[in-house]
Amino acid sequence: MSDIRDDLEKTVDRICEEHCLKEVFMSSEAGVWPQALWQALEEVGLPQACLNEAQGGSGLSFEDAMFVLRRSAYHAAPVPLAETFLASRLLSAAGLKVPEGVLSVSVSHAKDSLELNGSQSIPTLSGHAHRIPWGLSCDHLVVVAHRDEQPYVVLIEREALAQSRSELVKNLAGEPRVQFDFTNAPIIAFAPLADAQERLLCEGALMRSVQMAGALQRSLGYSLQYANDRVQFGRPIGKFQAVQHMLAVLAGHVAASAAAADAAIELSSEAPEPFFVAVAKSRVGEAAGKGAEIAHQVHGAMGFTREHNLHHLTRRLWSWRDEFGNETHWQTRIGEMALKQGADNLWPFLTRL
Amino acid sequence: MHDFVFPAVSLPESASLLRQQVRDFLKKERDAGTFTPRKNSWSDGDAEFSRKCGQAGYIGMVWPKKYGGQERTALDRYVMTEEMLAGGAPVGAHWVADRQSGNQILRHGSERARQLILPQIAAGECFFAIGMSEPDSGSDLAAVRTSAVKAEGGWKITGTKVWTSSAHRAHYLIALVRTAPKEENRHAGMTQFIVDLKSPGLKLSPILNIYGAHDWNEVVFDECFVPDDMVVGEVGGGWNMVTSELAFERSGPDRFLSTYQLLLASMEQLAEKPDARSVNEIGRFVAHLTTLRRMSTSVAGMLTKGEKPILEAALVKDIGTAFEREIPEIFRQLIPSEPLMDNESLDFDALLGMSTLKAPGFTIRGGTREILRGMIAKGLGLR
Repeated sequence: MSDIRDDLEKTVDRICEEHCLKEVFMSSEAGVWPQALWQALEEVGLPQACLNEAQGGSGLSFEDAMFVLRRSAYHAAPVPLAETFLASRLLSAAGLKVPEGVLSVSVSHAKDSLELNGSQSIPTLSGHAHRIPWGLSCDHLVVVAHRDEQPYVVLIEREALAQSRSELVKNLAGEPRVQFDFTNAPIIAFAPLADAQERLLCEGALMRSVQMAGALQRSLGYSLQYANDRVQFGRPIGKFQAVQHMLAVLAGHVAASAAAADAAIELSSEAPEPFFVAVAKSRVGEAAGKGAEIAHQVHGAMGFTREHNLHHLTRRLWSWRDEFGNETHWQTRIGEMALKQGADNLWPFLTRL
Repeated sequence: MHDFVFPAVSLPESASLLRQQVRDFLKKERDAGTFTPRKNSWSDGDAEFSRKCGQAGYIGMVWPKKYGGQERTALDRYVMTEEMLAGGAPVGAHWVADRQSGNQILRHGSERARQLILPQIAAGECFFAIGMSEPDSGSDLAAVRTSAVKAEGGWKITGTKVWTSSAHRAHYLIALVRTAPKEENRHAGMTQFIVDLKSPGLKLSPILNIYGAHDWNEVVFDECFVPDDMVVGEVGGGWNMVTSELAFERSGPDRFLSTYQLLLASMEQLAEKPDARSVNEIGRFVAHLTTLRRMSTSVAGMLTKGEKPILEAALVKDIGTAFEREIPEIFRQLIPSEPLMDNESLDFDALLGMSTLKAPGFTIRGGTREILRGMIAKGLGLR
């Protein structure tokens, strides 16, 4: 590992070990914003990891930023780091200035119907936004809305969010997801971006893949530790072949996830690369379900308790695999691409890079 | 805890050129009717095709020129092998000699063995079989009972090997044999010998597989003489050689491309009017394949750097063989077909049928899935 990665890992580990405590997870699920955790991340500039130095970023590469994200998911850190990254990159792509603080984005555009209206120089926003992560804790929200059928990247301030009609729900991990109904809500900036929807969907899928790879790795770590520590029938359960083989399968899913996520990251520093992102989201999403099943089976009843930390990871895996398109969504895209190429051209396509 | 990293490999310019050369070579041979794609996997062989590969310089590519090699990099060889497999070429005759036997002889063989054998392998005229399994020794290799006793100028081998692939078509066999009685260390006292399959004292009988083909053999040794310079490496050092050899052959493209031709044939069947589920399953397989290829090329890159990614290589084989077994199982549900047992036909029913019949071997050959998972578990630090 490079020195910078080593430093980043140590930094994220230190912050998360200090702040991702049981009571923080509990209060966060009860709706309390984990201010100390976010502030610790802010103090070392990690939420700005996706900005270049001119924009006030820390000058990290996109790959470094994704490394930070993966490591934060390894700790199941209950903060919108991915959403802040996504919002910053979408604003930058549209040429808009990235504000400071906590950012969020519209996760799943399928049910959204956001329109910009009004003829004044700054229009207003109307329509429904589906399940915005930390929608009532973020300082700014970035959404994709349409005007005259053209897509725009739109920035909304906290006050406008607070004044709009909203409903708070929780994903499986207990993270806040907020549905908004906007009626002529004020916005503070907007700019056209032709591929905004697709870009957000692909980049969101990539970041969820990276997060799942991190959470899977920790799930394997917990499972190995438990298998070595837990004694039944006079020996650690990790001595039993049945358990060993389950863990070998889990390791395969963890390894494949790391490989699939890395391949997508490497090609997506400017803009998400659609094929490799689709491969990552579908492959890692599949690993998430199968991997979480094995991790729980190895942990037995203990892993099913609120007390053990495993569920912070597995409940996130079960949420993230469905956000920004599930496996079927991305597999279908890949299948369509493959069939369009035709059997004879598939291999040249797979080896083109 | 093991942190899995599969770094990207940037293939050298030479590998891209080679990729195109192999594609052109295969196109020429296909057009000439030497082989038909969609049918073959790497276990299907054709001696004449192997000779052509030898002439084109596609066997023993990484070996020194003085032994008939090309002194090319392992990544070049990787690209050549994946192109052969993806192109459905009948590489089976020379596969074992190129993938492992030749490398063992180069690393551990006597100078006479190298000079005699390696140029013939590289020319595509000399094929190898592997003599490891025995009636009472399959996954438990340390249980081999075939033994060799010292004789004037060499050794005399007595015992029985089974499941010996292609021994009736090969020129040599590398046999793992006990040269000292079993001690407390079960892995000590084993030695590898290069056995000329024309030697007196050898008797081959076919063992037919489930679809009636003669691929396997029983090889009975009755005081079969092997000269001293056909011992591979140190007497008594066979175990380490065999296990390191297995580590090298675990992660190549042959561990996930065995049914790639069926994937392509299925895509052709479905191309006209693909239903949603078929598109979805094709996408899933392509996602898995893309990820496996990333892992496999990455392991090849690590091996080139002299690293020992034993755990990563084992994972590639475990995931890869599961992948290639799943392909016929899924497509039989998507393409109405009543599979046929016919190893010659290009009819989809026959392609599907033969993949189904061959599939059980994928997760057994080269170390069973269970042995592999046991090793992975140890590598993960399970005590």
